[in-house]
Amino acid sequence: MVGELNDRYLFEIQDFSIFYGNFMAVKNVNLNIEMNKITAIIGPSGCGKSTLLRSLNRMNDLIVTSRVEGKALFRGVDIYEKVTDVIELRRRVGMVFQKPNPFPSSVYENVAYGPKIRGIKQKSRLDEIVEHSLVRADLWKEVKDKLNDSGLSLSGGQMQRLCIARSLAQEPEVMLFDEPTSALDPISTAHIENLLQELRKTITIVIVTHNMQQAARISDYTAFMYLGELIEFGETDTLFVNPQNKLTEEYITGRFG
Amino acid sequence: MPIFDNELDMLKERVLTLGSMVETAIRDSVRSLVERDSELARNVIKRDHLVNALEVKIDEECVRLIALRQPMAGDLRFITTTMKITTDLERMGDLAVNIAERALELNEEPQLKSFKNIPKMAEITEEMVRDTLDAFVKGCSKLPYEVINRDDEVDDLTVTNFNELLELMLKDPKIIPLAIKRTYVAKYLERIADHATNIAEMIIYMCKGKMIRHTTADE
Amino acid sequence: MNEHVPFELVRKKRFNFKENFFLSLIRTLGFTGAVILFVILVFVAYNGVHVLSWDFITQPPVDAMTKGGIFPVIVGTVFLTLLCMIVVIPIGVTTAIFLAEYAKPGMLLNMVRMSIYTLAGVPSVVFGLFGLAVFVVVLNFGMSLLAGSLTLAVMILPYIISTSEEAIKAVPYSFKEASLACGATKWQTIRRVILPTAMPGILTGSILGTAKVSGETAPIMFTAAAFFTPGIPRSLFEPVMALPYHIYVLATAGTFIEETRPIQYGTALTLIVLVLGMNLLGIILRARQRGRKAW
Repeated sequence: MVGELNDRYLFEIQDFSIFYGNFMAVKNVNLNIEMNKITAIIGPSGCGKSTLLRSLNRMNDLIVTSRVEGKALFRGVDIYEKVTDVIELRRRVGMVFQKPNPFPSSVYENVAYGPKIRGIKQKSRLDEIVEHSLVRADLWKEVKDKLNDSGLSLSGGQMQRLCIARSLAQEPEVMLFDEPTSALDPISTAHIENLLQELRKTITIVIVTHNMQQAARISDYTAFMYLGELIEFGETDTLFVNPQNKLTEEYITGRFG
Repeated sequence: MPIFDNELDMLKERVLTLGSMVETAIRDSVRSLVERDSELARNVIKRDHLVNALEVKIDEECVRLIALRQPMAGDLRFITTTMKITTDLERMGDLAVNIAERALELNEEPQLKSFKNIPKMAEITEEMVRDTLDAFVKGCSKLPYEVINRDDEVDDLTVTNFNELLELMLKDPKIIPLAIKRTYVAKYLERIADHATNIAEMIIYMCKGKMIRHTTADE
Repeated sequence: MNEHVPFELVRKKRFNFKENFFLSLIRTLGFTGAVILFVILVFVAYNGVHVLSWDFITQPPVDAMTKGGIFPVIVGTVFLTLLCMIVVIPIGVTTAIFLAEYAKPGMLLNMVRMSIYTLAGVPSVVFGLFGLAVFVVVLNFGMSLLAGSLTLAVMILPYIISTSEEAIKAVPYSFKEASLACGATKWQTIRRVILPTAMPGILTGSILGTAKVSGETAPIMFTAAAFFTPGIPRSLFEPVMALPYHIYVLATAGTFIEETRPIQYGTALTLIVLVLGMNLLGIILRARQRGRKAW
């Protein structure tokens, strides 16, 4: 199924709502994710930002009671059509989670997982992909001599970069980050933030973060959500210096609650 | 954060204090000239160090707040505006000192002619300063725009004053040094008015989030 | 102002009646349990150890089982157990995967779970009768190795399913999430991530299940056990001897109960050693994998 290609927006989310049973977690969101930019989604706990993020690669499907209304278009195609190839979607839209979750196998096997499930068997090709992904994730130098060590033997920041490498091995066009540094120390956090700036050159990034300063540091666009609604969306520069909505102003100046 | 809100309120207080100190300095310096009161002039000059000290204190507080509180949006604009406003206010204080110094010199000599333009300019200028400080407290209002408009009046009066003095100078070259000093005073007042205009533009930014400095009235 | 209360560095003897009472009670009970177990072991060992020898293990019984070895008996138990596990482990693990990963919550799932729990509580002699009715008679396998193994399989199935399902459920959800987010299908995730991670747990359950199965008497009494076979069974449809049954037979139905007493103890000792060995293996494996778990 091929849809109309929009040159600028990889994701076009139109009147999109997400329900868990009867509870409306995301309400009528309209949002466009621009190519090769970092879009941050911020908001207080429970505002629906993670739910929205997970709907972009249909990870919400794992929750039995979830359902959606409205449209979420990826490259012009509604990803919630019944015929959507979810597997292919998840290959092209990768995800990195809050708590680093490498598999309990070697570093090499972790990164090679993606290509292997795609059917790539040739060792030389796999070696190539593993090295390239680890380089892109800025982890190669630190692990090239211990590719056969367990992925779980790395430090927190390294494990997260390993997870990033694992995702990168699938050559995704979009990468979704769900609070990727909230479990890490400040130095690892800075390392990954720099990495995201690099990755943005070739990949479109959407990041959910509860750390406003992080959104201010690295994103090009910021979306502010509250109680399931998209309150404001705009260029990060504008939103943090001169937000249009009073609620946004209250949130980012810390006067909430 | 209540601590932060307190700090912002205190900052506001300080700026208003600085503003009123400068207001007083301007008024007194012009009076010392018009009423030929050299004692008052000397007073103005002496008090300037207090103005400078307060400006430094406010600046330091602003930098501290930026480092420690990571201000965003409205708070950020308020703090950065404050830093620029105090610079303007301090310059206005310096200009008042300049007026006082000229007053001391002019008071030694017989008065050239009656003071007409300068008191008028002083009145307008003082009003402008007062209005900007009101606007600073009030936030968004029409005040800053009115201040910006009045600047033209002051500019016109400077020219008028200069022309009148020029006439006198052409008639009697002996009084040129004194006349020139009086043109300086007018110039100082004009620059005070310009600083007040700057402050007004900054306040509009603080309120609206758009920079209108260095743009003409039609833009 | 608080009064300055001196902090005594010398530990006062705190005597709390309740704490001491329960601590003593638990210690006593635990100790008693261990003592009883120990006594049984010593009793059997004492009476049976002098019978054990290489010949005992490799020679068939002679002289109406008053002399000789228990080779065919051991062989019988081994074959029964092996065949049983070969049948039950694939079925049990597959069912566990189904229950843990594929089953949708609802009536069907609840019914399946109820059946498994109920089955786990059924006395083993009932399984014996079931096996007799279904495998021996209806399916006409006769008293045979096949019928016995299948009966044992049915009996141990709930246990294998539970332990395997537990092992599968113990795999952290984050692994599954990560795999799916990489674009893996459900089956790929199960095959490449969940099963390998759960394998140690599944294995442990299987080994412990094996230990259980090898000691059962009632299920094989009506379905497989023979009084005497000369050696290794030549087909699946032949009856076999088995360790637990042999003890029973010698002690109750044989013609020379007193004379065969030593051999009874020897057989019992062999069985205990076998079961104990397998349990120990299972426990050691479980301990090792607990230490290895880094997540």
